[in-house]
Amino acid sequence: MSTTSTGPSTGPTSTLTKPVSGKQVDKVFRAIAYACGILILVVLGAVALFLLFRAWPLIGGDQSAVSETISSFTGGKATNFWAYVGPLLFGTVLVAALALAIAFFVAIGIALFISHYAPKKLAAALSYVVDLLAAIPSVIYGLWGGLVLVPAIYPFWNWVATYLGWIPIFAGPAANPSRTVATVAVVLAIMILPIITSITRDIFLQTPRLQEEAALALGATKWEMVKLAVLPFGKSGVISASMLGLGRALGETMAVLMILSPGLKYSFRLLQASQDQTIAANIAAQYPEANELGVSVLIGTGLVLFVITFLVNFLARKITEKKAVK
Amino acid sequence: MNKHVIVRTAAAASAIALLTSLAACGDNIPAGTAATANADGLSGNFAGAGASSQQSATEAWIAGFTASNTKAKISYNPSGSGAGVTTFLTGATAWAASDKALSDSEVEQSKDVCASGTAFDVPVYIAPIAVVFNLNGVSDAGKHVNMDAATIAKIFDGKITKWNDPSIQEQNPDITLPDTAITVVHRSDKSGTTQNFVEYLKAAAPDDWTYDLSENWPNEVGQGAKGTSGVISTISQADGTIGYADFSQVGELGTVSVKVGDEYVDISTQAASNAIADSTIDENVTGDNRVVVDVNHTTTADNAYPIVMVSYDIVCPVYQDSATTEFARDWLTYVVSTAGQSVASSATGSAPLPNNIVDRINESIAAMG
Repeated sequence: MSTTSTGPSTGPTSTLTKPVSGKQVDKVFRAIAYACGILILVVLGAVALFLLFRAWPLIGGDQSAVSETISSFTGGKATNFWAYVGPLLFGTVLVAALALAIAFFVAIGIALFISHYAPKKLAAALSYVVDLLAAIPSVIYGLWGGLVLVPAIYPFWNWVATYLGWIPIFAGPAANPSRTVATVAVVLAIMILPIITSITRDIFLQTPRLQEEAALALGATKWEMVKLAVLPFGKSGVISASMLGLGRALGETMAVLMILSPGLKYSFRLLQASQDQTIAANIAAQYPEANELGVSVLIGTGLVLFVITFLVNFLARKITEKKAVK
Repeated sequence: MNKHVIVRTAAAASAIALLTSLAACGDNIPAGTAATANADGLSGNFAGAGASSQQSATEAWIAGFTASNTKAKISYNPSGSGAGVTTFLTGATAWAASDKALSDSEVEQSKDVCASGTAFDVPVYIAPIAVVFNLNGVSDAGKHVNMDAATIAKIFDGKITKWNDPSIQEQNPDITLPDTAITVVHRSDKSGTTQNFVEYLKAAAPDDWTYDLSENWPNEVGQGAKGTSGVISTISQADGTIGYADFSQVGELGTVSVKVGDEYVDISTQAASNAIADSTIDENVTGDNRVVVDVNHTTTADNAYPIVMVSYDIVCPVYQDSATTEFARDWLTYVVSTAGQSVASSATGSAPLPNNIVDRINESIAAMG
């Protein structure tokens, strides 16, 4: 059905692709695809180089000036870079892990509901809402968390501290207003919920119909079918989705900055204020008043965050690969 | 198929464009353009940078100054005290604003920027710092709570944890204080307000406040919040909170009356001005023309409110080009004038400079050029 005309185009057939030009387009497209693929590597390398370069005064510079700067950042609580970045790193990982722990199960629940339980119309509406939630910028979550959730959630945390206070992480008295790790974790969980839900739902929907029906035919109940067919099939996808969510939580700045009352401890006391701080929020908080060396120190902490995010993703890859081989 | 390729090319191109524009955001070029020389009178572009506390006041001054110097274009970048001084020392700005006086090494460095002599700092902005609280039944009834320096220090150090603590109740016989827990709220970012507040605590209650002076909050009591607005919103979110903030931002919250001598003094711009008038000028600073106020936190003067922040403008006596020198002189003259101070006061609630300080500043201005 292809045209053989190679002369100057005159008729309506001229819109059809000529074999020669098709090859050229192919070449061009391949070049663009290559360029995009390489670009991402270049960007990553450029970021890593930038961080190293700007953090260099911290590593190779005058150490007494560095410790003076860090001491001015912390009001004398830390004088050495590792003593400074340690608690920040702990806080970052703690907040992100808590957010993931809260969001993970809820997200799987929502995804399963959309993919296997909800009536078609409701499922479509819910999918839409979830995708919409993912598009809300974090500063909005931050504002909402800081102005609405913080005062509103205090009675609940107070109740938790009163009745579950014997568990060390819930040790009271609950801070009022609740600008604590617990509140931040809740807000971050809401923030990363849509992205995990959205990917998980897509994967659950791809579960082979035959496997599901086979499970049901063997006499499995709906829950058993989900357990036997859907969850094992979606496992690696769910883990990647969680890692994406965790990545967002690790780097989240505005929401943490606007809600958390920061501290510089290795503390698990989720309901008390001024216990922990995250790296990203700390950079945002200290940057405006930092001098040149101070900026280097902050960028140094950024480098640590960069490495940690990298490690988390790397580990997630390893886990997913193992699961996939099985 | 052609169409698809075009769409994809466009998508790729826009992705690249987006990335490069994002990369451009990362560049951290200090703002503020260099002052340009201009032969005839006061025209040209002049830039300043520094303390964010002075932002509103400086904006008011710029409006007032350009009203009579219509050809001059002035900009101010509230990049923070430290950044402002650093930028000034590179010669990129005409003046710097800072919440603290220059250090000896900064004075030394300024030799490279100024055409002759060294840079000097003069106080231009006096901001009373309020001790603000939110307590059901007290602050919403518009009442002040009386406290002496030791009580304030103990509260902010976590030693007094209840509002009806005997040491507070004793000083407030007319108010029934509730059995509410005290939540201390302080700044979580570096701040000249913090520095000046702890300076007061250290000077007026040395036994109860043993931390080193710093622009960062030194202990882990209570909660930290970012910026003055963060502190104010945190305080208003819960019952029993207490913190410190610029007087102009206090709004509806209650303020603490501080014990001075035998009296309890309510915060006001006049009372802050009185405290500065009763302060001395540090005569031992290195460098000429400098007017560094040694705030007398333990003043016993009549109606003097001792928790005050003094913020400075930093200029060279002589610049590389004469237009900037002229600008700096006119700028300072205007800023410390009665007109300049009252403009700032109505815009920000700052306290006017007392006359004895203004006289000293005018001596320094006269030595310029």
